[in-house]
Amino acid sequence: MPVIEVQDLRKVYGGRRVVDGVSFTVDEGEIFGILGPNGAGKTTTVECIEGLRTPDAGLVRVAGLDPVARHEDVTRLLGVQLQQSELQPKLTVGEALDLYASFYERPADWRVLVERLGLEGQLRTRFGKLSGGQQQRLCIALALVGNPRAVVLDELTTGLDPRSRRETWALIEDIRAGGVAVVLVTHFMEEAQRLCDRIAVIDNGRLTALDTPAGLIGRTATPRTIAFAADTRLERAELLTLPGALTVTTEGGQTVVTGTDATVDAFVSLLARHAVTARGLRITDATLDDAYLDLTGTDQS
Amino acid sequence: MTAATRAVLRTEVRLFTREPGTLFWVMAAPTVLLVILGLIPSFREPSADIDGGRRVIDVYVPVSVLFALIMAGLQAMPPVLAGYRERGVLRRMSTTPVRPAALLTAQLALHAAAALVSAVLVITVGRLAFDVALPGNVPGYALALLLATACGLALGAAVCAVSRTQKIATAIGTASFFPTIFTAGVYIPVQAMPDTLRQIIQFTPYGAASGALDEAAGGVWPGWFALGVMALWTVVLTGAAVRRFRWE
Repeated sequence: MPVIEVQDLRKVYGGRRVVDGVSFTVDEGEIFGILGPNGAGKTTTVECIEGLRTPDAGLVRVAGLDPVARHEDVTRLLGVQLQQSELQPKLTVGEALDLYASFYERPADWRVLVERLGLEGQLRTRFGKLSGGQQQRLCIALALVGNPRAVVLDELTTGLDPRSRRETWALIEDIRAGGVAVVLVTHFMEEAQRLCDRIAVIDNGRLTALDTPAGLIGRTATPRTIAFAADTRLERAELLTLPGALTVTTEGGQTVVTGTDATVDAFVSLLARHAVTARGLRITDATLDDAYLDLTGTDQS
Repeated sequence: MTAATRAVLRTEVRLFTREPGTLFWVMAAPTVLLVILGLIPSFREPSADIDGGRRVIDVYVPVSVLFALIMAGLQAMPPVLAGYRERGVLRRMSTTPVRPAALLTAQLALHAAAALVSAVLVITVGRLAFDVALPGNVPGYALALLLATACGLALGAAVCAVSRTQKIATAIGTASFFPTIFTAGVYIPVQAMPDTLRQIIQFTPYGAASGALDEAAGGVWPGWFALGVMALWTVVLTGAAVRRFRWE
């Protein structure tokens, strides 16, 4: 059952269509990623879900409720981590959690959250004295302290070190296992690939793709990359005739061929025909990075 | 009041006590001002410059009370609120079941209470240390004090509403500091000012407050003109603050 519904959402600022007809739903127990370049309209989209902005057109529902008209009811169900927001600089971590827990009827036990997010040592530290990563982790804890049915996390792990990032991912997976619908706005492809059940790619206010991570990767023009130490016995012209081969480049003593599964098969036959052993051979799948760059058309390399 | 709004108020009170500068200027400085003036021997003698042959220290009790109101409403509160808006504290709160208005209300209540406590401290020290008579007309004095407090907070709210950032709010507070304490009579008591100046100053919020407090201290009901001026300023400034205020 969808907890969050967005239908044909539109938002215009100063004549510019910041969000231009975006539609998607997020089910309970699903992590839904929103990817896109800076200024693509991701944050405006989630702000409409949070009820902080009023859509110019289209429909937004959280558990069937309009986030603007029924703002107070929606705030009881929806946990939010804003991209940029601070707390009172002299408020301690413990006080902030106590305060925010008091806003909700059935708050979560914040001691558990604090432990999961590695903030036990900072309970008496004031917000202004926390490191960027610690502030971020506190904001995640505050988003979850109300035991929400759905949660919007805008740039979940920005500013976190690799270990905290992995611990945060594990926490979000547990939240999903509890049946919470999670909307995740992110710039990190590794994060999206690891966490998200489905991903919406937004570019210039429009939804350019909506699929599972594997589905998005499968759509790329170049799902396979073959790399090996350059060998004069394998000519460039011949490599280019491989079925599905798109590009052949030789640089720094390494030849890279991009193509499809068919290219890989044909390449292996080619090696056998010439009785050549390709040294340092690597065949890699495309990543979400490649898919993303294809979809957003910002690949300037 | 719900448990959540109580928690917001409790938190803001706690944060207020963590600002030593604010604590000093709002809670202690007005009484310190009175004590310093009271230590000057001639100020404890009847003065020919003041109506009714009162002592300088007598008229400086209401002046110090107004000083407390200015510190709380105009100096302390606007930077806090502008900072909350600038840092996204209000925005973050608007995604919770508690409205960010609860935070503004808590701030107003807190600074009103701080100003009144400081005012009572001034009156008490004036009575105990310098034998300044307690207000002769207590209901009139209380009304004038409450109106002056409301007026001061409305002024602070208006400053916050027109200031985009905490820096601007602080700058407006600093720039208006000397004019406001002048109209409140901190340099020369309003009662000792030349007539023309007095005529003009009675139209300002703190000039009117000074007149009303002085009359009530002397035992009569404060003039309706002074009370009316304060009420009008409160209404106009509150209206401007509400209209101009932006949550983000």
